[in-house]
Amino acid sequence: MTRKQKRLSVILAGLAFLGAAAGLTFYALGQKASYFYMPADLATASVPPGQRIRLGGLVEKGTIMRGQGATVAFSVTDKQKSVKVTYTGILPDLFREEQGVITEGAFGPDGVFVADSVLAKHDERYMPKEVADGLKAKGVWQESTN
Amino acid sequence: MVETGHFALVLAFALSLVQMLVPLVGARTGNQRLMAVGGPVTVTGFALTALSFAALASAYAGSDFSVASVWENSHSLQPMIYKITGTWGNHEGSMLLWVLILTFFGALVAVFGNNLPSTLKANVLAVQGMIGAAFFLFILATSNPFIRLNPAPIEGRDLNPILQDLGLAIHPPMLYLGYVGFSICFSFSVAALIEGRIDASWARWVRPWTLVAWMFLTGGIAMGSYWAYYELGWGGFWFWDPVENASFMPWLAGTALLHSAIVMEKRSALKIWTLLLAILTFSLSLLGTFLVRSGVLTSVHAFATDPARGVFILCILTLFIGGSLALFALRASRLTAGGLFHPISREGALVLNNLFLTTATATVLVGTLYPLALEALTGGKISVGAPFFDLTFGPLMLPLLAIVPFGPLLAWKRGDIIAASQRLMAALAVAIAAMLVTGLFIDGASVFAALGVGLAVWLVAGALTDLAVKSGFGSVAPAAMLRRFAGLPRSVFGTALAHLGLGLTLLGIVGTLCFGTEKILSMHPGETVELSGHTLRFEGLFPQKGPNFTEDRGRFMLMGADGNADGAIASAKRFYPVRQTMTTESGIRTIGLSQLYLSLGDENKDGSVVVRLWWKPLVTLIWGGGLVMMAGAAMSLLDRRLRVGAPAKRRKPAVAAAALP
Repeated sequence: MTRKQKRLSVILAGLAFLGAAAGLTFYALGQKASYFYMPADLATASVPPGQRIRLGGLVEKGTIMRGQGATVAFSVTDKQKSVKVTYTGILPDLFREEQGVITEGAFGPDGVFVADSVLAKHDERYMPKEVADGLKAKGVWQESTN
Repeated sequence: MVETGHFALVLAFALSLVQMLVPLVGARTGNQRLMAVGGPVTVTGFALTALSFAALASAYAGSDFSVASVWENSHSLQPMIYKITGTWGNHEGSMLLWVLILTFFGALVAVFGNNLPSTLKANVLAVQGMIGAAFFLFILATSNPFIRLNPAPIEGRDLNPILQDLGLAIHPPMLYLGYVGFSICFSFSVAALIEGRIDASWARWVRPWTLVAWMFLTGGIAMGSYWAYYELGWGGFWFWDPVENASFMPWLAGTALLHSAIVMEKRSALKIWTLLLAILTFSLSLLGTFLVRSGVLTSVHAFATDPARGVFILCILTLFIGGSLALFALRASRLTAGGLFHPISREGALVLNNLFLTTATATVLVGTLYPLALEALTGGKISVGAPFFDLTFGPLMLPLLAIVPFGPLLAWKRGDIIAASQRLMAALAVAIAAMLVTGLFIDGASVFAALGVGLAVWLVAGALTDLAVKSGFGSVAPAAMLRRFAGLPRSVFGTALAHLGLGLTLLGIVGTLCFGTEKILSMHPGETVELSGHTLRFEGLFPQKGPNFTEDRGRFMLMGADGNADGAIASAKRFYPVRQTMTTESGIRTIGLSQLYLSLGDENKDGSVVVRLWWKPLVTLIWGGGLVMMAGAAMSLLDRRLRVGAPAKRRKPAVAAAALP
């Protein structure tokens, strides 16, 4: 092969790789990225049962109920609406009433959000960024909750 | 002492300005005396930075709460080891560690770079000086660790409890040795662009640096992964968290650089590409620093939240990446292209490796930055996690792993794929056997699991085949083979070890993901639970007091087959009163290469405790493979040809002559 042909083939191979990667990336972003909602957003956006989303807000006071074994039920609220969540597993160390939390999972057919992961980050002053921004946008942000 | 440290830091900044200007001017005007300034200035700058770091560390060790950074991140009751490691367990201190390592590498070039062409050395030191100056200024302007408090508080606010751990003592320094180590490759590239000249001696210089940086980065990532595994109590070893990706992208690009630098050194081809990769790798290191240190992410590692810092690092990022790429665009055409090679050859295989690795880097980059970009542009919030990377990164990595064993068996210039395949027949047979055994004889093995095990065994067997073929297995007498084996270049062992380590890591990942089991249940004291053939008895919760925490320690007894106790495992819920923080200490018992992992949840009203336990088969191989890869890099570094000393000096006239036409 001449230098020109060699260069062309390398460039073509590179483009093929990039094309494949771009295709995969777009497909994956459409299918596999999960969107973030707060309880009040769910009234306007229709999220079909089974679609993976992230649900964030505050753990509503007095709603944490320990059921059978390791299953826990609680409500996530943004002070306007609240959503019932169930989770089986070990709650993070910072999971507390009135604290920011992000749960990831999907709605069951009964309208209860079944979470397979619950995140409450490590700093006791810490509020997940999405939750803090959402509460600010809804005008229910209080510095004291932070 | 604190003021001495502060003063030393300012002096080091001033020296970095001298370091970036004087040698550069000297190299442009051909003034030897100006160029010679670079060395001593660089070494002095390192000494001053080290003094500054020592001053901060002693303030931490002595719990001097009149220093703001110490007050925020330390406590007098902390054990001494965590007082010291707390020095870099926070934003300010870790940036100081960053520049300490940067100046350290600069000083190494200054001291051991006597056989470099003087203009190249001057330019390299100048570029190192530029990076140093930018980061010294960043520290002094936005992240000064030496700010005093008046009046001085009596007690500190404690180091973040999850950072009070030995893993964290080692992880950041190693990671930074890797991250920042690539700055040398970057400086060499920019220096080559400034000079408009690049030759084989350049590659001979860059390759060991790439190896050193890559070795430490591998160790840093493995260490960080193990730390997250046992400290966060989630039982996962990789979360595709942006902070992890931030260190993984330079690793991927660095791996590509490692391979393309071989082509450049051996065949003086791929020059321009290697140079670009070196720039990109360090750019990704800078990007990682930006992501972690600016607070744009909300993740376990991002302690910093001050926007001024973010903007500052973003400026540094733009300046260095933009500047170096612009220089590349202007000057790259002046560099002469390298030799020709057939697509099926060692070079061709390495080009393919580079295509896969750089594309994979790009997908990780998109997955990491896309959520940030989307939020900045539209306010929409998405999370991109494991499902995304499984679908993008996975398909790119699998074919790469499958072709790895071919590479080292192909000849330079023009390889014989059929001969290489024949040599790999035994390895293929072993891999297929492993695949069949897994698929047929292990309960619950999916097709993916069998393929994964087969691929991992293929990598390991391929690496061993490489060594066997090169020592003449089957074609010479055993005694001669042993002699040949012992006489193989160290870099051949390095390659084989690194590829073998990759196979081991893959085996660990497949074992853990496909054959791991887990259980979540609530247990009363005295109850037993069985998981994958291991029986555990819960003994109960025992309150204990540590130096700066209280804990409820859940004790479990592993029951042997004969019904007798066979060692205890303990997991604890710790409470750190200063920060009002709970942490979970996981309980881990290593059995062979596998681990039994348990973590404690909340106590129920009836006295039972939620317990989550995992059986993780072969999990230790994930990090063990990383260690083997590091050993491979170390082995390559010991190669005679790379020993940068007298031999290179003897060779230099020949290289210079070769570079002339």
